[in-house]
Amino acid sequence: MSKKAIVLYLHVHQPFRIRHYTVFDSGVKHNYFDAPYDDRTSNERIAQKVAEKSYLPTNARLLQLLQDNPEFKLSLSITGTVIEQLEKWAPKALESFKKLTDTGRVEIVGETYHHSLAFFYSRREFEAQVKMHADKVKEVFGQEPKVFRNTELCYNNDVAYWADKAGYKAVLSEGWDPVLGWRSPNYVYKPSYTENIKLLLKNYKLSDDIAFRFSDRSWGEWPLTADKFAKWLADNQEATNFDLFMDYETFGEHQWEETGIFDFLTHLPKEWLKDEHHTFMTVSEAADSFDAKDVIDTPNTITWADTERDLTAWLGNSMQTGSIQALYDLEDQVMGTGDLDLIEDWRRLTTSDHFYYMCTKWFNDGDVHAYFSPYETPYEAYMNFMNSYHDIKFRLAEKGVAV
Amino acid sequence: MLGWELPPHNSGGLGTACLQLCKALSKRNLDIEFVLPYDADHGIDFMEITAAQPQGVASVIRSGIAYDSYKYIREDGSEEWLNIYDQQELYEHAVSQLVDNKEFDIVHAHDWLTFRAAMRVKEKRGCPVILHVHSVESDRSGKEGGGNPLVHEIEELGMHLADKVIAVSQHTKNCIIRDYGIPADKIEVVHNSIEPGDIEPPSSDNTYRYLDMMRSQGYRVVVNVGRLTVQKGLPNLLRAAKEVVYRAPKTIFLIVGSGEQYYELIEMAADLGIGKNVIFTDFQRGKRLRDAFAVGDLFVMPSVSEPFGLTPLEAIGYGHTPGLVSKQSGVSEVMKNLLKVDFWDINEMANQISAVVQNDPLRDTLLEMSQQEYRKLSWDAASEKIHGLYNQHVEGMVVA
Repeated sequence: MSKKAIVLYLHVHQPFRIRHYTVFDSGVKHNYFDAPYDDRTSNERIAQKVAEKSYLPTNARLLQLLQDNPEFKLSLSITGTVIEQLEKWAPKALESFKKLTDTGRVEIVGETYHHSLAFFYSRREFEAQVKMHADKVKEVFGQEPKVFRNTELCYNNDVAYWADKAGYKAVLSEGWDPVLGWRSPNYVYKPSYTENIKLLLKNYKLSDDIAFRFSDRSWGEWPLTADKFAKWLADNQEATNFDLFMDYETFGEHQWEETGIFDFLTHLPKEWLKDEHHTFMTVSEAADSFDAKDVIDTPNTITWADTERDLTAWLGNSMQTGSIQALYDLEDQVMGTGDLDLIEDWRRLTTSDHFYYMCTKWFNDGDVHAYFSPYETPYEAYMNFMNSYHDIKFRLAEKGVAV
Repeated sequence: MLGWELPPHNSGGLGTACLQLCKALSKRNLDIEFVLPYDADHGIDFMEITAAQPQGVASVIRSGIAYDSYKYIREDGSEEWLNIYDQQELYEHAVSQLVDNKEFDIVHAHDWLTFRAAMRVKEKRGCPVILHVHSVESDRSGKEGGGNPLVHEIEELGMHLADKVIAVSQHTKNCIIRDYGIPADKIEVVHNSIEPGDIEPPSSDNTYRYLDMMRSQGYRVVVNVGRLTVQKGLPNLLRAAKEVVYRAPKTIFLIVGSGEQYYELIEMAADLGIGKNVIFTDFQRGKRLRDAFAVGDLFVMPSVSEPFGLTPLEAIGYGHTPGLVSKQSGVSEVMKNLLKVDFWDINEMANQISAVVQNDPLRDTLLEMSQQEYRKLSWDAASEKIHGLYNQHVEGMVVA
């Protein structure tokens, strides 16, 4: 019988944020992503800050854990846009990720290079971005992704069908109760209408205990210690794998070092591995090790976001739906130019974060915690985006392309 | 309570704010006597309204605008036009006589025209006095430290002597500290509000038929309603308009109001080469005023200094028009779903106006979100805060 496994998967991403880009810039300057260093939207400054507060200290601990515990393993997804930013502005941080993968016990998960929602707007562009990402991962980490995650764990039967045909071993999604019904997220499943692929589901209760509740002093389980957490998992008999999926920036950025999050991370493997029937697995190993417990049908799109677990944070108002549609409407013209700079700028605009910043659903509630944005208002985000979009059109028109 | 005007005999926001605040306070079982400088029927039953007319004056004829001269008709039949400064002096004396046979716990006075009267009452009776600042002289002059030195003197002295000062916004509080050196902890910010009621559907037969037609032809309309004075910052709006029209020629600016800058602004629009795109209507009331709010795709309030600024809320509520306001306004502290810009930042103003007139989803989302916010507004929070201040300053009053 297989050992019981923790499947730890961390998501690393930074978008190319659009600077304060006005109507006076459209048609004049094409540098949407180049904010002055001190500006809130400076990608360089943010990349360096996150590298220092999160990537470097966390990777140092992860590397130590990998060296100290031969059974410790984890998986990472790391977008093309963040790899580029680290190459440019924080090469030491990128180096520290490479040291992790060099151990052979850190698996990189496949996704779109630009962290986009292209799956829902253009299958051709989606496949191009997935390939771009795979190429970049091969170049930087020497791995070929075998497991797929769509942006924000956006998932439905179509995503599973596509990933199955594309040859992936597994696809990642949210273990969302309305989809699971009475079933537990702590097993491997098979998506409907697929041949070979497996489905790994995030245990959001356990994952959020770490990612969100860890520093919440009003939470009944605070303070969360590694031995307590390991005991919860050990006591759970109805499980083969605990899928702990979260943003990498949980460590050091969402949960600051002062909360003790790094100590938790350091002690969890030791506590968990005290029992010889316990282990860690990468996402591929989990897919290989466990048979599908059942078939899961997911006709409607789910994500790992918010209490709704849907796409409304990205596509919930007319600014969001209007701007993303307008952008994809330019796809053929942009690709037709063969201009690599123009194509790359257009692709950077497909990054889902731009649409997230336009979200209005929490704005009136004043819930700043749910609202990570470098802009003061969703309207500001929209205006910057649309002025950039207009500039893309300007550049097309300049080349004689009808827009 | 000492005030200068109440609807329908008001010239602007001050009267409306006083009326709605008193209405909310009256629900908290406070007996209010509102003392005005003129005698008229207001159709108000939730408080007592008293005219403080000076001795020997039979009636006061108002000419419509708050800061204009009034005609005082004496009992002997003679007439005299008095300027605003002389009027407030007369009011002071009239109030001073009036209070001799009144019982009250506290005096709450609105804006500088009533401040000397309030001080006179404090001197005679020793009661606590709260001065409510809806605007300071430098706001009205549109210039830091600007305005009439006589008015400065009244505001400065009044606020130093008062027991408490209420400012209608943090912006106004900052102005008071800057202009008069009043200690910050003596000034309480109590934001103005609005009683929204139901948002009615826009009227189907808008007065501005030409603009309606142009909108159906793809034009977009930007509206401003207000006095055409330095304080309101219209020249910057016109400079921004030039930039907008250059990029989005199908944009029309509708400027509703009158004031000393009227002709200057008309000429300026022509000089900027956007005469075709800027329509001036002069001062309007009633349906023509309401329809101006409703014919817009965006309402802009570019004020240099606006203690509160109710018009953007009116535009949202019954005009179904979202707003862009200057950051130097009180309303920008209260409402999240307004576009905001520094009054002097002409490029950013042009950028934001261009974005709205060129992107209907921005206009529509902004409107939807601001209407949600608007529906939640009320005077309850303001009246609760003011009730608390009364209790603090009146001995023996029961804290509710």
